[in-house]
Amino acid sequence: MTDAKIPQHLPHVALNNLIKQFGRFAALRGVSAEFAAGRFYVILGDNGAGKTTLLRALAGLAHPTRGTISILGKSPHEACREVGYMAHPSLLYDEMSGMENLRYFARLYEIDGDERCEQVIRSVRLDPELGRPVGQYSQGMRQRMSLARAILHDPKILLLDEPFSNVDVHSAREIVGLLKEMRDAGKTIFLVTHQASLLEGVADEFVWMQYGQIVERTASLNPARVGPQ
Amino acid sequence: MKRTLPILAVFTALLLAYAFYEAIWVAPMERTMGDVQRIFYYHVPSAWTAFLLFTVNLVASVVYLIQRSPKADAIALVSAEVGVVFCTIVLVTGPIWARPVWGIWWTWDLRLTLTLVLWLIYVSYLVLRRFSDSSQTPKLAAVLAIFGALDVPLVYFSIWFFRTQHPQPVIGGGGSIDPRMLHVLLINWLAFSCFAVVVCWWRYRLEMLQRAVDEAESLESLMGVQQ
Amino acid sequence: MISLRSITVATLTKDIRLEWRSRDAINSMLFFSLLVVVIFSFSFDPNAEESREIAGGLIWVAFLFAAVVALNQTWARELRNQVLDAYRVSPAPANALFLAKALGNFILVSLLEAVMAPLFMIFYNLRALGPAWQLIPVAILGTWALVVNGTFFAAMSLRTRSREIMLPLLLFPISIPAVQSMVEATRIILAGDGSARFWIVLLLTYDVVFTTACLALFETILQAE
Repeated sequence: MTDAKIPQHLPHVALNNLIKQFGRFAALRGVSAEFAAGRFYVILGDNGAGKTTLLRALAGLAHPTRGTISILGKSPHEACREVGYMAHPSLLYDEMSGMENLRYFARLYEIDGDERCEQVIRSVRLDPELGRPVGQYSQGMRQRMSLARAILHDPKILLLDEPFSNVDVHSAREIVGLLKEMRDAGKTIFLVTHQASLLEGVADEFVWMQYGQIVERTASLNPARVGPQ
Repeated sequence: MKRTLPILAVFTALLLAYAFYEAIWVAPMERTMGDVQRIFYYHVPSAWTAFLLFTVNLVASVVYLIQRSPKADAIALVSAEVGVVFCTIVLVTGPIWARPVWGIWWTWDLRLTLTLVLWLIYVSYLVLRRFSDSSQTPKLAAVLAIFGALDVPLVYFSIWFFRTQHPQPVIGGGGSIDPRMLHVLLINWLAFSCFAVVVCWWRYRLEMLQRAVDEAESLESLMGVQQ
Repeated sequence: MISLRSITVATLTKDIRLEWRSRDAINSMLFFSLLVVVIFSFSFDPNAEESREIAGGLIWVAFLFAAVVALNQTWARELRNQVLDAYRVSPAPANALFLAKALGNFILVSLLEAVMAPLFMIFYNLRALGPAWQLIPVAILGTWALVVNGTFFAAMSLRTRSREIMLPLLLFPISIPAVQSMVEATRIILAGDGSARFWIVLLLTYDVVFTTACLALFETILQAE
């Protein structure tokens, strides 16, 4: 099951002294970490801890002030085909239907035909035939469609930034179920959330951040923590 | 090296005083325009200095885009600021000269119009620098400088041809110049160039100091807020 | 390398579809253009002879203001829901996005011009004394000149405060030679006063120079956060 292109000793995702400054404010203050393939990481921390910046840096949307990021041995920009990104805004066009949105994004990834789009929409438990514009969806539906967009090109790594904000509990649990399936199928998932309890028993590891650094990594949310990795 | 700037500043002050003396007392009176013509010794060197500074800005901008060197960005900022000042001098002395001599405030004189357009471009450059997010400013400004530079030859040709279609007065007169006047002109240009160098150098030092302060503050925030 | 053409076309059709669905934007721009023409007509009301001399200037200034309103709009759509991030994380080339936006703007501004130009002709009783067909290359080259730089500077303005005022502030100085060419060429053609060839060639040069510059530098400013 090893990927022949990536030597075994190279970590799936590696950060080396990652520093990100916005003017005088340092959002990331020297983050160094390695992450393995096929695992579900949940990133937690207070507001301003640097969680969103970390995710955006992994996505290639925020360029490091200093330090390096390696995804599958490549820079985030080079690895863009293997990475899917989802955030609290839907990253979709409100005036188009779900299928129309996905058709457009499929072209950006050189995916031909409608089959893949339909398949992906069904996999997030939505109806490809739905003609309603995305702007009229409920928040839960919108987040699921946004997830569909993120996995359209079958990326190895998924980045999700607060996908459960303003989403009803039922939809949130459904999304967690979908993510669990994807992790079981071999995808690596990084999820930022304030609602960690949803991920108890599903996530492989909880990554705690504070003041722009990773302070602890645990296998569960229990107070009596197993101990940092 | 530390002494050089103050020494140069003193030398420049003396040179400017000498150049002033030359321009106001020594240079011969112009036949048709009288004393007003002496403004020519400020108008023309300012223009040359401004164009020189904008060229420095262009080079620094290109260097920045290639090397991302913060020094290049600082030089670009400084040369743009001082260049705009000299440009303003040209645009103010032009009408002051034109009004008593030719009876008009403005004319689409080639040099004057080119200076006006450059002034507009570089003021927009400075506004962009002020209004954009600090981390991306150098990149955006460098790109704008390149666009401005590409524009200049096009502006030149469009004004040149426009003037052949709509003849306009020429400020400063065309044709040959009395060698004594040329001598005074060159002295003033030297004085203005030294002045520009002194001001730019000082401003550059100030800018680098400011950046060092910012760097230290952000390093402080980086190292530890609470721990 | 992904096909530039296919992504440009996909993005352009997507934009046209979106523009069509939210027709309010186009309608208000059309009305704005009409207002501009009417106000100009009230302000400059010369007899037929003078009108031919200044019509060139008036029309293009009016187009310029209408274009700025349009240009500010088209990137706004990509900021809603941070949809621009979705493009940036994809492997699609930055140039395809630029070309699609520029072409979309070109179509939109041409539409506005198609509405304003006949109105100008009516209000000013304009008739071309020179070769009228030459107005077509002038219009095409002139509009592209405004739109190509306008699209580029609008993208730059996304990263600044006071976005709406930043665009005209950056665009107007750089556009001076292009505007002068358009105005002079139009004046010459309407008045039948000589050849507009020089101005048309200058416009063409302007278009080539700046289209190249925009394509070369767009990736730099797109990836600027």
